[in-house]
Parts: sequence; C-alpha cells; structure tokens
Amino acid sequence: MNPYLPILFMLVIATAFALAAMALALFVGRPRPGPERKFAPYECGIEPVGSARDRFPVKFYLVAMLFILFDIEVIFLYPWAVVFRQLGVFGLIEMAIFLGILLVGYIYVWRVGALEWQ
Amino acid sequence: MTWLTFLIVSGIAVIFAGGLIFSRNAVHGAMCLVASFCAIATLFLLLSAEFIFVVQIAVYAGAIMVLFLFVMMLLNVQGQEGALAGRAPGQLLVALALGAALLGQAVWLVARGGEIISRPARIPAGFGSPEDIGTALFTRNLLPFEITSLVLLAAMAGAVVLARKAGLSPKPNGAPAGGKPE
Amino acid sequence: MLFDLIASFIKAVLVFAVVMSFVPFLIWLERKLVAWMQQRIGPNRTGPFGLLQPIADAVKLIIKENIFPSGVEKITYFLAPMMSMIPALAAFAVIPFGSPVRIMGRTVNLQVADVNIGILYILALSSLAVYGAVLAGWSSNNKYSLLGGLRTSAQMISYELPIGLSVVSIVLLTGSLSLNEVVRSQASHGIWNIFPQFLGFIILLISYNAELNRAPFDLGEAESEIVAGYHTEYSGFRFAMFYMGEYVNMVTVAALVTVLFLGGWQAPFGPEIPLLWFLIKIFAFILLYMWVRATFPRVRYDQLMALGWKILVPASLANLAMTAVIIVLGGPNAVRILSVGSIVLAVLVGLVLKAAVALRTKSAPGLAPPAGAGS
Repeated sequence: MNPYLPILFMLVIATAFALAAMALALFVGRPRPGPERKFAPYECGIEPVGSARDRFPVKFYLVAMLFILFDIEVIFLYPWAVVFRQLGVFGLIEMAIFLGILLVGYIYVWRVGALEWQ
Repeated sequence: MTWLTFLIVSGIAVIFAGGLIFSRNAVHGAMCLVASFCAIATLFLLLSAEFIFVVQIAVYAGAIMVLFLFVMMLLNVQGQEGALAGRAPGQLLVALALGAALLGQAVWLVARGGEIISRPARIPAGFGSPEDIGTALFTRNLLPFEITSLVLLAAMAGAVVLARKAGLSPKPNGAPAGGKPE
Repeated sequence: MLFDLIASFIKAVLVFAVVMSFVPFLIWLERKLVAWMQQRIGPNRTGPFGLLQPIADAVKLIIKENIFPSGVEKITYFLAPMMSMIPALAAFAVIPFGSPVRIMGRTVNLQVADVNIGILYILALSSLAVYGAVLAGWSSNNKYSLLGGLRTSAQMISYELPIGLSVVSIVLLTGSLSLNEVVRSQASHGIWNIFPQFLGFIILLISYNAELNRAPFDLGEAESEIVAGYHTEYSGFRFAMFYMGEYVNMVTVAALVTVLFLGGWQAPFGPEIPLLWFLIKIFAFILLYMWVRATFPRVRYDQLMALGWKILVPASLANLAMTAVIIVLGGPNAVRILSVGSIVLAVLVGLVLKAAVALRTKSAPGLAPPAGAGS
C-alpha cells in the first residue's frame, strides 16, 4: 500500500468535518433580516470610512520576497543534512561556501535597513 | 490503479488551471493556482519524487503564492477587478500568436516526437527521495548548487532595490506608497 | 493490503476524534488556568468546575446567526476558516504517537502514515496555513481584518525560517527525515534531543509560539489595536472554526515538538506505556504555552519582526554551524559534546543579546524592554 494514502484519508476526514460543520451552521444559524447597518463592517460603532481594501506598505511585499529566498536556502539544507554523515568534512565545506555567500546577502539586507519596521 | 490516480489528479490540476485563467477575480485565480500546484505536487509523488513533492508545496504553493497574493492586494486599490484587468494594445494578437506557437509545439511533440516521450528516463526507478537528491546535488552537481547561492544573492539585492524604487522602503518614517492622507 | 487499508482508515478516524476531543478540554483548561494566574475564578457555572463551558459555547456559536457582512467576498470568506484547520489536522497524520503494537497477529504502527519525509511534510503544510488568515483578512471588507491578516501572514512566514533552520539540526543528528527515525535515534543516543539541541529547542519554542499567533505574539488579533484582527467579521460557527483551528494547531505543534525534542513516546522513568507518556509530554508542552500566555505582555510588531529576522535566524544558523562541525569532528562522542556545547551556545547568545539591548538602550529606544509601550 502506498504510504501516502492514509494522508489522503486524513485530508478527506478533516475536509468533510469542516464542510459539514459549515453547512450545519449555514442551516441552523441562518441570518435574520435586519436594517442595512446590521451587516455593515465593524468599525468600532462608527460608519465605515473609505474603502477597506486600501493599499498597504510595500514592506510586507519585501518580507514575502525575502522569505521565498531564505526558504529556498532552508529547503536546500534538508537533502544536505540527510547525507551529511556520508559527505563528512567535504559536505561541511560546500555548505559553508553556500551559506557564506547567502550570509553576505543577509548582512546586506540588514545593513540596508530592509529588516527594520517603522 | 496508478493510471486512474494519475488521470484523476491531473484532471484536478487541469481544472484548477482553467479556474486560474477564467476567474474574473485575481485572488480566486491565485487560489486556483495553489490548488493546481498541490495537484501537481501529488503527480510528483506518483513518480516517487518525494522531495520535489514537498518543495512544490512548500516553495510554490506556500511561499511564492503568498507573495503573489500580497502583490495582488498591493495593486488592488479599488474594487476587485480594476487594477489587474487593464488591456495593453495588441494584447489579443500577441496572446493568439503565443497560443498558436504552444499548440503547434504540442502537436509536433505528439505527432513526431513519440519516441521522445516514451524514451525511458536516465535515472533509476524510484529515484527522488531526499537521500538521492542530496547525493546527486552534493557530489556530481556541486557547481550548479553553489551557483544557486549567487542567484539567490542577486535576487536578494533585486528585492531590496525594487522595494526601494517603489519609494517607500527602508527609510524610517517614510510615507507609505499611496501617500494616503491620515 | 485490505487489512492495512482498514487499519490506516481506523487510525485516521481515531486520531481525528482524539485531537478534536482535546479541543474543548484545552479551551476550558486555558480559560481556567489563565483565570487562576490572574486571581480570577474562571468558568464555574456550567457543570462541575465549569467543565461544560466549551460545550455551552459550541451550542451557542452554532445557533448564532452566520452573517455575511456587506461587501464580503463570499467564496473566499466561506473557505478561509477551513483553511486554518485542515492543514493542522493533515499534518498530524505523520506524527508517531506510540511504539508499534501487535493486533490480530500483525504489527501496526501507531502512526497514521509512516512516510520517510515526515519532517518536510509538516513544514510544507504549515506553510499552507498562512492562507486562512490572509484570505479571511482580505475577504472581510474590513480595514482591521485586512491589517490583521497581513500582520499574521507576514509574521507566520517570517518565523518559518528559524523553524526550518533549527529543525535541520535535528535532521543532522538523526540522518533521516522520518519522524519514527527521530524517535529511534533519540533512544539509541540514550539522550533526548532537547539536550544536544538546547538552543534549537528554545528557538523552536519561541518561533512556534509566533507561528501559532498566541500571546505574546498575537499581533494579528491584538484587540487593543485592530479589534479582533482577521476574524473580526466572522460570527457564529465560522468564528468557532478559527477558534478550534488555533487549538488543533497547538496540539499538532506540541506533538511535533514532543517527537523532535522530548523523545516521542519513550518513558523517561516508570512504566513503559508509550501512549500515556506521549500524552503527558504533549500536555506539559501545552501547559507551558498557556503559562507563557498568562505571563508575558504583547510585544510590538517591530519588536516581533526584529526578534524573528535579526535574532532567531542568526541564532539558529549558529546552532546549525555548531551542530554540523561537532558531528564531523566529534565522531562517536558528538552527541555528548553537543549536549555541553548547545547550553554554552545558548548562554552565549543570551549574553550577546543582553549586550546588544544594553547598547540599544543607550543610543536609542528600540528593542529595550521599557521603551514607552504606548507609542
């Protein structure tokens, strides 16, 4: 039997539960009609001002971008860690070079202030 | 059995890829793409490429699509279909030409390249566990691996420069992009 | 074949049932514990010691109106709550919760799916958990929701890095990505990974607290700033889904940390009852998180991001470097040397941090603890 098949079972059970619960809620907790402001987005009791889908700082975009790059680096570490004992000192040196180059990038990103939140 | 699984999973991948193209809402499209990526990851699993399965989910579905979502929200100034639905002049023509090229390629591959498709892989069956990838990556293909770090380094610098160009990044107390009145 | 199929299906159902039945108990426990720590009484009206409170809450939430507020993006709004719960449950599938048992003359692993990339699988799924928050925030048509969703997602992706980097060190020690193998290697080393990976454990403790969006890192739902964050506009059972998802995530994380650092199902002393010891360890870990929640005040967002990017990432890289070097040079004694080395390194990192904070406080109020909390 494929060892990944039970993961599918788990996924199906979890999804079925979530869907069933949401369907039940839809059925039992049907919203009752009310004035329009009952359905207005909550802004601490004040009438909503402006659009809710406004622009947001590019900072978040930068973090996501840096995350992808470092995430790829982390992913590379896993196959290396698995065969590390066979590679020995050689493995140590090659990963030191890899991480050394990326460390330069990390320091650059830090120095340039991309990790600051203000 | 494997064939049936393959058909179902690739069917799901194609359906969600269609959803990506046809959905009017960019965020819905992105979610379809995530689902499509997950289906493709499952296809890798059917080829016993366990490591690629995980990378496909973690990097593509988990990291890159988060960036896409952020960018969509960043551009999505007003309404759902506005900012991203602009039309460039001659867009239709270019799209048609590229589509025709892709179709021609596919037809050529199926018609002439039967032997290309059915040629057996040069890797042993069952290749694809992290051990296999590690051994291949850190012995025979060491140079490309080390060069990858340079590519990532360049990308880091690029990300910082791009964020700076948008006019609002690393300077402390810099005004946010839209110059939104507070 | 058929036996395996049925057995794994039954295991999946059981794991689902047990994890889901933890949730109401944990909700009660957290409310009660936090109340006691704050010299309150906590729930005490429904049932003995208020034990039935979560049931009452569930019933209340089910019959509440499930409002679609005006302007929400309906499909995304409907799907988002599920997306925070399903990955956590699916991740639990690869966690081994006991040593193999014999049923009807066959050996059955106490693990839903014994895959040999278990560690990476869990990391991959946890990277999918971001979507629940970010989509809920985006679809809600509410400024606070959007802010909360963005904050939560940026925080979650940022803290995935130190998590990934510290788990690599465990893989170095184990030489395998299978969680079963991690438990077995801890048995063969004769020492739990928490000792040779002490710094890694601390980093993971902090990072998972942030990954779970729990206080003091619950910036995405900071009620003093952005109402309830990304689930502001959710009512009734849809809100309950987020709430349950949070606790399911906590159980999964506790189980993962138990396997990675605390020897899994192995007994430290006393009777060899794997399942019992596994549960005890999970609960010890969860109790620690509840204690943390009741103790620390919420951090600011810039402090949170600085902690992740500027402190935890370099610290976990240092931990990784030390682990790799000692494994190569230490030979058979590597684990013993590491047990001393990791504590030394942890103290060293602590001292460096203390010096850095002292320097900061002198020049500008940044990371410094007092730093006018209101500003």
